[in-house]
Amino acid sequence: MPENTSIQVRDFEITTGNRSKSFENIVVALMIACSAVAIVVTIGIIFSLLFESINFFKKVPMSEFLFGTTWSPQTALRADQVGASGRFGAVPLISGTLLISFIAMCVATPLGLFSAIYLSEYAGNKTRSIVKPLLEILAGIPTVVYGFFAALTVAPLLRAGGEGIGLNVSSESALAAGVVMGIMIIPLISSLSDDVINAVPQSLRDASLGLGSTDSETIRRVILPAAIPGIAGSLLLAASRAIGETMIVVMAAGLAANLTANPLEAVTTITAQIVALLTGDQEFDSAKTLSAFALGLLLFAVTLILNMISLKIVNKYREQYD
Amino acid sequence: MSKTTSIIEAKDVDVFYGEKQALNGISLDIPENKVTSLIGPSGCGKSTFLRCINRMNDLVDICRVSGDIRISGQDIYAPEVDVVALRANVGMVFQKPNPFPKSIFENVAYGPKIHGLTANKAEMEELVEWSLRKAGLWNEVKDRLNETGTGLSGGQQQRLCIARAIAVKPRVILMDEPCSALDPIATAIIEELIDELRENFSIVIVTHSMQQAARVSQRTAFFHMGNLVESGNTKNIFTSPKDERTQNYITGRIG
Amino acid sequence: MTNMFTTPSRLRKARAAAERRFRWFGLIAIGISLTFLFVMVGSIILKGRGALSTSGIAIVVDLNPDNVDPNDVKGTRFDSLMKKSLRNTFPDVKSRKDKKKLYGLLSVDMGFELRDQILENPAILGGPQKLWFTASDDIDLLLKGAVDMSLAEDNRRISDMEAGWIDTLTAAGDTRRKFNAKFFTNGDSREPELAGILSALMGSILTLLVCFLVSFPTAILAAIYLEEFAPKNRLSAFIEVNINNLAAVPSIVFGLLGLAMLLNVFGLPRSTPLVGGLVLSLMTLPTIIIAARASLRAVPPSIREAALGMGASPVQATFHHVTPLALPGILTGTIVGMAQALGETAPLLMIGMVAFIADVPSSIVEPAAALPVQIFLWADASERAFVEKTSAAIIVLLVFLVLMNLLAIFLRKKFEKRF
Repeated sequence: MPENTSIQVRDFEITTGNRSKSFENIVVALMIACSAVAIVVTIGIIFSLLFESINFFKKVPMSEFLFGTTWSPQTALRADQVGASGRFGAVPLISGTLLISFIAMCVATPLGLFSAIYLSEYAGNKTRSIVKPLLEILAGIPTVVYGFFAALTVAPLLRAGGEGIGLNVSSESALAAGVVMGIMIIPLISSLSDDVINAVPQSLRDASLGLGSTDSETIRRVILPAAIPGIAGSLLLAASRAIGETMIVVMAAGLAANLTANPLEAVTTITAQIVALLTGDQEFDSAKTLSAFALGLLLFAVTLILNMISLKIVNKYREQYD
Repeated sequence: MSKTTSIIEAKDVDVFYGEKQALNGISLDIPENKVTSLIGPSGCGKSTFLRCINRMNDLVDICRVSGDIRISGQDIYAPEVDVVALRANVGMVFQKPNPFPKSIFENVAYGPKIHGLTANKAEMEELVEWSLRKAGLWNEVKDRLNETGTGLSGGQQQRLCIARAIAVKPRVILMDEPCSALDPIATAIIEELIDELRENFSIVIVTHSMQQAARVSQRTAFFHMGNLVESGNTKNIFTSPKDERTQNYITGRIG
Repeated sequence: MTNMFTTPSRLRKARAAAERRFRWFGLIAIGISLTFLFVMVGSIILKGRGALSTSGIAIVVDLNPDNVDPNDVKGTRFDSLMKKSLRNTFPDVKSRKDKKKLYGLLSVDMGFELRDQILENPAILGGPQKLWFTASDDIDLLLKGAVDMSLAEDNRRISDMEAGWIDTLTAAGDTRRKFNAKFFTNGDSREPELAGILSALMGSILTLLVCFLVSFPTAILAAIYLEEFAPKNRLSAFIEVNINNLAAVPSIVFGLLGLAMLLNVFGLPRSTPLVGGLVLSLMTLPTIIIAARASLRAVPPSIREAALGMGASPVQATFHHVTPLALPGILTGTIVGMAQALGETAPLLMIGMVAFIADVPSSIVEPAAALPVQIFLWADASERAFVEKTSAAIIVLLVFLVLMNLLAIFLRKKFEKRF
């Protein structure tokens, strides 16, 4: 009978528990190891990029890579062929990357920001609950799909449109790739900015509205100035995303290393060249293959710096209102 | 007044949260098989003291405890002490009922299971029933032991937490304002229960309500601003407090 | 006397106009974004619809014992027999060039298709039989009405003569369109009418499997450590910075890591789901860790206190109580991460999962393609018929993504906040 279960007074034993401490230590060690994977991966990236890049810079001087304006990495089959050494000036790739990213930001910044403002300040709950997920679908669509759409639909459309008004638009124009990439990063900007705008304390809004400002005046004069650092952070993150984007430019921007600022011409990007250099059969120690790693290192360094700055800004901003 | 032995002896206990000192040299003996209540205004350190007894303060990074606390004569802050084993002997019931989101049976069985107190399923079932009966909950839940504990009413949840605590048969049960989230009827049931549990366990209860302290406890300690102002028989504290601050508190002038 | 509760009307109008303008900017921005979404998805669905059906042509094949020996069916020269049957159907065709066009009405697989039909149903042997065969890609487009016959003959891939043959066949009821099962049961092929996504789909599934098996346990343990155990020291802070940065590293850089480390240093087999999955798991790791930490943080501290107060060790409290409660959230984050990995292309190109793979892979160490890579390859192919294949493959990919996200939403809704 349970009622009879007496309280057996156990020894007041508090120095050993009934559990396997060594097992628990193993579990904790395993968890630490898993956390350290993040560090290992970072080190792995830096190490492999650096190592191959150093090999590359043994063959091609760094100054040519950073300041050369001709990119033609074709290495000849025979040593006595014309242009056997290839030219590895990355400037056209950098300018192409910046051009396309700039176009993308020009498209995404106003669209993303205004969407965020509308959703956080004007839209009712119902609209918000429908539109927000729809915008996020844009972020969920694989980039290869954007690339396909850019190459097959947007580029011909721009070309036809250009012809209509007497402009010569290249079939692999920077504009097509940039616009489509811009659409792709809209949700990134809108959702980050939305968070940032929502983090602005209600009291600031109330203060402004209480003084008789209209909604738009409140947004422009009070909320945006307060949210600017956070928004800047999200824009940097979006720019880093645009610079590192690969499939859209591979499929829609082509491989012509033109040094131009004309968005209607074809340009190529760092990422597109990496793909071109490394797909297909390769000799691993040729300058051509190694140059891909130097480009990778450049890309990694630039995006890392942008991400670090952006994270810093956003964290600082969060602290301010926490 | 009957002679009692002390189960907990605290001597010169200081607690710091970072730079801030939360307790100043508390020395207090807590008798065995009695209910001791810790009272005092908010922030006076009574909960902090309670949490020193089963070393829950260890979980707070910035918390530092010095001084000497002995249970059954053993220094619980000695380096060889396993906090986990200590807590198996010093149960705790929290302010807000916090049953695990599992079945009622599993809630009670969890402690005995991790501490290996039962040898087989039958013993476990017996122990669960005993604990639930002790907590006065058995008749209400015996037909739905497999339903989730979070589906019970607040008062039932708190009694489930008490059953869960006594299932490991600890020497001491610490209760941190166990009725503050409950309605008066549920509170009355818990108070009655506490009185019954005293037979088997030594109970330390932190409470905001002086009536509760008067109703359930035999001993009372009054805390104020991190100091132990006075302690003694509950009756004495409430009828003839020695210190002015105690007087003021129990008559409602501070707090 | 002016009413002190109204602004002068001129100013009021300007302010109201500014207000309206601002509202409209927002609406227009959302409108443009959503229009783009619908146009893109819509146009791909429209283009891809065609790939779900395939055209067939019925040809009379004489299966008498002279042509097909019933005792040695496999010894038959099926291709010649098919060509002969086509010549018999259109006996007027004489020149070599025209004959070649005639053979081109059917897929290059016509010989195998005949063999398979005979092996499946040997009863058809003995005499002339009218049998269905897959039309070639150009004829398929013609039958789907996707060829603009108003263009000059030189500017289209279908000559008037070919169109005439098809008209004759159609008039006799010998052409048909049916569901394109091959698209789902075949591997890749150089011939659009035979190309299917099964090899790529299997490749993607195997790759995701590897990715899941590696990233899920690693991420969950890392998240638990960082959220529940990690002391607030420099190492923990450094790990956090690393995770946040990795989440924003361009995917192609992970591909470079895979190429340099996994392939060249560790010598893992190129083009395989094993390497693909490993690379993708490194990429999804930060996503899952961040999501897992958020859901661990959402478990109320009272649960931890309850367990610890019972004398559970921190490891026990975490694994018995906190993690099970956070699991739905962790799973949701994992599914979202997996969905990202499923659509990822660039890193797979780096580790060589871009080769032409017609066979359906059956293990993680066989060369394989993946769905997004297949899309990339088909998008690059010159045959026009691959456009609709590409679009259809995109639809399949999107369907998988939608299903995964729905599962994630379902999990989130079902287990949302029970404490």
